[in-house]
Parts: sequence; C-alpha cells; structure tokens
Amino acid sequence: MAFDNVSAKSFKVVGTRPERPDGIEKVTGQARFGADAYLPGMLHGAILRSPHAHAKILSIDISALENDKSVKAVVTRNDFECNLTGEDWNILENIMAGEKALYDGHAIAAVACSSLLEAKDALKKIIVQYEILPHVTDVEEAMKENAPVIREGSARSSVPKGMHPNIVGYHESGHGDVEAGFKEADLILEENFRTEAAHQGYIEPHACLATMMPDGKGEVWCCTQGHFNVAKVCAKLLGSDASQIRVTASEIGGGFGGKTAVFIEPVALALSKKATHPVKIVMSRNEIFRATGPTSSTSMHVKIGMKKNGKITAAEGTFKLQGGAFPGSPMAESAMCAFAPYELDNVRSVGWDVMCNRPKQAAYRAPGSPMAAFAVESIIDEFCKRLKLDPIEVRLINAVTEGSKSSYGPKFQRIGLVETLEAAKSHPHYAAPIERGVGRGISCGFWFNFGGETCVSLALSEDGTASLSVGTPDIGGSRASMSQIVSEELNIPYEKVRATVADTATLGYNEISHGSRVTFATGLATIKAAQDMKKKLCLRAAKVWGLDEEAVYWEEGYVKPAGPNAGDHEPLSIADIAKTMGRTGGPIVGHYEASPEGAGVSFATHIVDAKVDKETGFTSIERYTVIQDAGKAIHPSYVEGQFQGGAAQGIGWALNEEYIYDKKGILQNAGFLDYRIPVASDLPKIDTEIIEVPNPGHPYGVRGVGETSICPPLAAIANAVSSSAGIRMKQLPMSPPKILEAMDDNNG
Amino acid sequence: MKKVHVSTTINGTLKEFLCDTRETLLDALRDHMLLTGTKEGCGTGDCGSCSVIFDGDVICSCLTLAAEAEGRNIETIEGMAEGGELHVLQKKFLEHAALQCGICTPGILMASKALLKKNNNPSEEEARFWLAGNLCRCTGYDKIINAVLDAAREIREESDGV
Repeated sequence: MAFDNVSAKSFKVVGTRPERPDGIEKVTGQARFGADAYLPGMLHGAILRSPHAHAKILSIDISALENDKSVKAVVTRNDFECNLTGEDWNILENIMAGEKALYDGHAIAAVACSSLLEAKDALKKIIVQYEILPHVTDVEEAMKENAPVIREGSARSSVPKGMHPNIVGYHESGHGDVEAGFKEADLILEENFRTEAAHQGYIEPHACLATMMPDGKGEVWCCTQGHFNVAKVCAKLLGSDASQIRVTASEIGGGFGGKTAVFIEPVALALSKKATHPVKIVMSRNEIFRATGPTSSTSMHVKIGMKKNGKITAAEGTFKLQGGAFPGSPMAESAMCAFAPYELDNVRSVGWDVMCNRPKQAAYRAPGSPMAAFAVESIIDEFCKRLKLDPIEVRLINAVTEGSKSSYGPKFQRIGLVETLEAAKSHPHYAAPIERGVGRGISCGFWFNFGGETCVSLALSEDGTASLSVGTPDIGGSRASMSQIVSEELNIPYEKVRATVADTATLGYNEISHGSRVTFATGLATIKAAQDMKKKLCLRAAKVWGLDEEAVYWEEGYVKPAGPNAGDHEPLSIADIAKTMGRTGGPIVGHYEASPEGAGVSFATHIVDAKVDKETGFTSIERYTVIQDAGKAIHPSYVEGQFQGGAAQGIGWALNEEYIYDKKGILQNAGFLDYRIPVASDLPKIDTEIIEVPNPGHPYGVRGVGETSICPPLAAIANAVSSSAGIRMKQLPMSPPKILEAMDDNNG
Repeated sequence: MKKVHVSTTINGTLKEFLCDTRETLLDALRDHMLLTGTKEGCGTGDCGSCSVIFDGDVICSCLTLAAEAEGRNIETIEGMAEGGELHVLQKKFLEHAALQCGICTPGILMASKALLKKNNNPSEEEARFWLAGNLCRCTGYDKIINAVLDAAREIREESDGV
C-alpha cells in the first residue's frame, strides 16, 4: 500500500484553525509551568553570582553557613564532575565557575533552604575573595593584541595560527572570484555595521524542581526546549547516567532559543543530592539577564558591487561575533545566511568567533542571521537609493530560485523567495501612499530550518481515539498541529486526539525544539507513525477476515476488502478494530524513529513604514507587513503568530534592546524596565501573508516558520529610518540618542 | 522568625495564612495557597504577569506585601471562569489564538477584565495603552488586542440585549 503518496492530497483538517488543546488550562491558570511544581519536603535553592566581570576566585568561605540550621545544602564547583572536556566542560564552567569568574553574574556557589527568603539570606553569609582581572566586553577590543585573555587553549583548529587566544573559531564560505566581480561593478558600496546583544526575553524565568538520590537516580521538572538534552547534560555534569535522570518538560513560557541551554537543573540536582530533599530553583529576572542568553553582539563589514541595472556582481562580508566567555557564537550562520537570498557568481563570507567577559551566548531565533541581514540588506537598500532602483525589483533581479547555487554551497531545491517578493509587490501596503515624514523599508531574510533526531509514538485506545506522545516541547502550538495531522491521517475528529509531550523515560531521544524543526520533523514523524498505525489496522482487519495483507486497503478511516475476490466483508472503522484489538492481537501502536533529512529552507520579505521624530530621535512603527513562505501552514493562526512574534522581537532589537555594560564590565540594564521590550502601545497591527511553496522534503510540504520571521526586521526598519530621516544607521539599536547623533553627524 | 496572620478574600472565599513580613502577595498566593495561575515574570513590577485585581484595581502582586492583603478582596485568574463556564475574555483568547506560550495570559486576562469593567467600548489605542504594562514576548500583541476588542463587543451586545 502506498501510504507515502500524500503530496497531492487535499486536506480536511490541516490548514484549519481549531482551538489549541492546551488552551483552556492556559486561560484558567491551570497550566503548570516551570515554577508551578511543588513537592513534599521541597527546598528552595538560590545562586550566588559574581559581581565582577573578570576575576580570579581566591577563596569561597562557607563557614558561616555550617552552623546555620536553615541551610540544608551548599554546593560549589567541587560538587560537580571534574574530568569533563569540550562542550560538557564549557557548560559546567558556565553554570558554576571554576578558577575564575568570567562575567558579571557568573555563578559561584548555591544553597538550599526551607524558604527562598532563608536561601537569599544565606547567600549573603558566603564570603568570596576575588582578585579582579582586566576585562573586555567589546568584540573588536577582544581581538586586539593586548586584550585580556579570557582563557588560553579554547580555539578550534580552524583558527589560523598566531591569532589572539580570544579568537576561537573561523569560518569561510563562498565561490567565484570576488575581485574580478568587483571589477565588473558600476558601483561598489562597503560599510561597517555593529549590533548589540539582545536577550530572548521570554517572560517565564528559568525554573526547575529536581530530586536526586544518593544512588544517582534523578527526577527533574523544568521549563526547557529540550528535556532529553537536559537529562544528557545533567548526567554528564553529575557523573550519573542519562537514563537515570528522568526529565519532564513543563509548559514552557517562551524560549526563542534561550531555553535550549542548561543553567540551573544540574545545580538543583547537586543541592538535592546533598540535602536528600527536592530542590526548586527559579531564576530572578536580574539573573536571567546577567547569566543566560543573550545573542551575540557583532561587528561586520560588507562590500557589494552592483551594475546600474541592479545586478549584483560580487559580495563579500566579514562577520565577527562575540559569544561571551565561551566558544560557540553563530558566526558561521551569519556568514552563511548573509547573502543566501541572492544568486551570486562571486561571493565570499568570513566569520570570526570571539570570546569576551559576557555570559555564554545562547541561540536566539535564527541565530546569526538577523544581524547579517541587517548589514547586507542595508547596503542593498543604499544601492536602490543611489541607483534609483525599486527595492523589490532589485531583489527580484538577484533572487535565488530552484537550482540556484547558494552562497554557502548547496544547490537550492524548490524555494519561495520570488513568491514572497511578488506578493510584497502586489500587497496593498506596498501600493499605499507614503505620508510625509514616513519612510518605507524592505528587507528579505533567510533561515535554513532543520530536521534532527525525532521519535514519536501513537497509541490507539479501545474507543477508537488516539494518544500521540512526542518528545519535543511545545513552544508554538505544536500539540495543536500534531493533533491536526493525526486527525487528517486517521480520519478521526481533531478532538479525539490527545497529544502529550512525553518525559525522557517514555520515548527515545528527541533533539531540542529548535531550528524551526518541530512542525517539520515531529510533524513528519507523526505522519509516518499514523501511516504505521494504518498499516497495522489493515493487517489486523486482514487477519480477522482471514485475508492476505494485499487483499485489504485503507480508505477514509475504514479498512476495506480490496475487491470481489477478497469476499463480502463490511468495512471496519478504526473504532471497530480498536474495540476488539485485545482479542485480535493486542495493542495497536504506530511508531517512527529517525533523523529526518529534507528540511526546507525558507525566505521572507517584510515591508515596514516608520517615522522618525527629528526632535527626539524616536522612531515609531506605523505599519508592518510580514510575507513568508511556510511551505504548508498546518495551523495558520499559529503560523501568523510566529510571523508576528518574530517581527515584534525584531522591532525591539532594531529600536530599543541592547546590553549596556559600564566601564567595569557590569551589566547596567538587567531588568525589563531598562531593557525595554516592545509593549502593546509600541506596535501597530502586524499584517501577515502566508506563502505556501511546498518543501519537497516533507509529505505535506512543511518548511518550519519560527525563525525566518526575525531575519528581515532589523534591516527593513533601518531602511525605513533611512527613507524617513535621510540617515543610514549602521549600528543597532536605533535608539533615540543614536538617531540624534547620526542626524547631527549628517548635518555636520 | 515571627509570622503575620492574614485574613483575606480570594475569589469570593475567605482565606487565612501566615506569612513572613517580607513576603509578597504573589509569593503568598503561589506558595501558601498554591494559586499558581498568577505568574512571576520579573518580580519588579515591569512585566504584569502577576496582575491580580485588588479591591477592584489591577495591581502587580509582586509589588504588594502579603500582609497588605488583610481584609481585602482579591481576584485571581483561578476565579475568572465561573460555574464551569469560561469568561467571555477567556473564550475570545482561545478563539483568536491570542496566546502562544501562555505565561503572560493570566495577567493579561486579569488586566483586560479590569479594562472592560471600566470601559466596555475601548478603542484599539485605548486597549493597547491599558495593556502596555503587560509584556508578551510571543505574539506581537495583535491577536491579543483582537480578542479583547471582540470580547468587549460581545459584552456590549449582551448588555444591550438585557
């Protein structure tokens, strides 16, 4: 039976907008998030953090706690595994400092007490002696010859010899001859750009409740994008086995990449092991800003050559990203995404990974891509203004299509960039007259999307309903879309499917919910598991009828005899087969375990109208339109939600959000008052248009939508600001003081 | 450590608890009464996740001491649905897909309920400014505002019909 041939099907449930299965819990306050779990005998943990940007830890004196009855456990670095290497060591070093405090907010020690107030009091009694060292928080400064060294020996083999030890990674990609390409150009533009670190800004703090027995068996409840990864990391850091640490993912109150990393779970387990009580840790917002996330800050140089007709002849970029006090900034992603929307004969991208005295950067929605797009798309816009070309036409002239060689190597399969540009061109927003003082900006954006290890289980209940277990935390409504997929495949009502995020003891390994992979990979796995179940339903009916497997077929929720030779049998519904399955061969369960290849890249085009107040330097967003290729939108409301959310975060990053360090390397704005994310009154309605150019690598054509939406806003807004105020902003955020400074420079 | 005895009305029921004088109302709701629908997002009054209605006004329960609850009337998200029936705002949030992760949702629902009690015909701008103290990082606010305005419309229609 050809269950794989589903690409041409018309959908009944996929593409509709049912209410989410976790909705009622979430509007009544019943949904249980990371901090909402309590256990008998539970203690509260709290973490002492470095007040210095860079300091040698001379001593940690906990003697004042030894006779304090309220203190049930204290842990320092000595309570964790000591033989780790590579990224395992990096994670441990980040969540509990060893010999040095590497950034303001670096964890030094932790305590557990009966109440949080007691735990906070206990932290004040720990005496740490530091020897303050010179520090560096700026990416360019950190690369200079005399820059303070964060840590010797961290560089990957890709880094050319003789570089400063803070330079820990190098990437190069491209093809053709850029020098020859620049010679063909009628106009060459090159510019330096800077972007500041932005935090993911999820509203839910990192939180966990952990229990660890002296024999190494552990239980963790936490908000995470990847609970299987939490189990793996905790086992490594505590010298236990991944299978002995069962992790349950709570409801997750936002992640955007920031909850792919592990911070507090191993600490809570270590405290619990010492106290033999469950320990809960909830980070404060101050701790979140100082010690988790954010994305990299960047320094970039981009040079592009163009013909008078708008055709790009060559493009070159250098992307320097600091990733905090550890290797791993997404500089390769910056370099690879920068020119991805354009078909280029001559292109070269270089990335540098640089360490600074800042928190270890964490993924943030299309890591590396938005900053690169800011640089490249700003220059494209400058060409349009100087050569008097239409910004959409210029992008169409250069746009990649199916078969184009990408700037980073592989050939593109079927893609939807041109479709997003054509939709932008014919969108009422693009045709609308522009009011005086308002500027309109355009930008494209690109993200790879991803597959990854995935495993699901689909169990049939006796009453003919279905339970789907997935291993990817639901960060964007995926239980709704997975239930739609099961409903579509099995022909049972959406409400008759229950999708659950299973714990790590229940399913095989599932990679983190990241890379916009869930609707693609878990969706594909769910389709395959449903197909596996249909096959088993057919086998069961064939067995009941005494027929061969080939003599039955599946149609519209029924197993039917294949033809007159198969005999005159009444078709059996799923419910019929389910009712008797205990007597006809036992439980019926569909499975799928694999690492799906075939993730489909996606592109977006954004249009924004912005108005700069020349008196105050304040920029208001007047109108915003997101057009993005989803491949196939399973639940269009949640696809629109991803588009709008990415745009809103991009607006914040473009206009307001930044990490501000003082001269001592101390973060100055570690709270939502001073690190201001967009509020409802800052934003206009964000219009969306879903383009569906099917991904050939997915049975329904799904590409994934979560990340591409944050790639265009930085540049689109910079381009609108340029049109409104006549200034080219080369630095983010475009906050009022920086706009005023740029206008002064312009006038001067 | 001497604790304070507090008697207060929460969602129509008289409750009593003992608290440390430094404890916030948010901690008391969550840790003493296990009313965990009220969320902590920042602890400094910047995000609105802990919004509750306190003698008719929206407040941040993270900025209010638990002891201040003595003799007051507090409404939390757990009291919003009545008799197994969702409040019109709750229904509209589901219908408009106005939540993604849902962590800010209880606070936004409480703030919206207070808005619609004061003004059942807010303009989009009024709704956006009223909710400016409630951060949402997922949605871009569009669908939230749609849900609030649609709920207001339904409340007006119901009151007109009576």
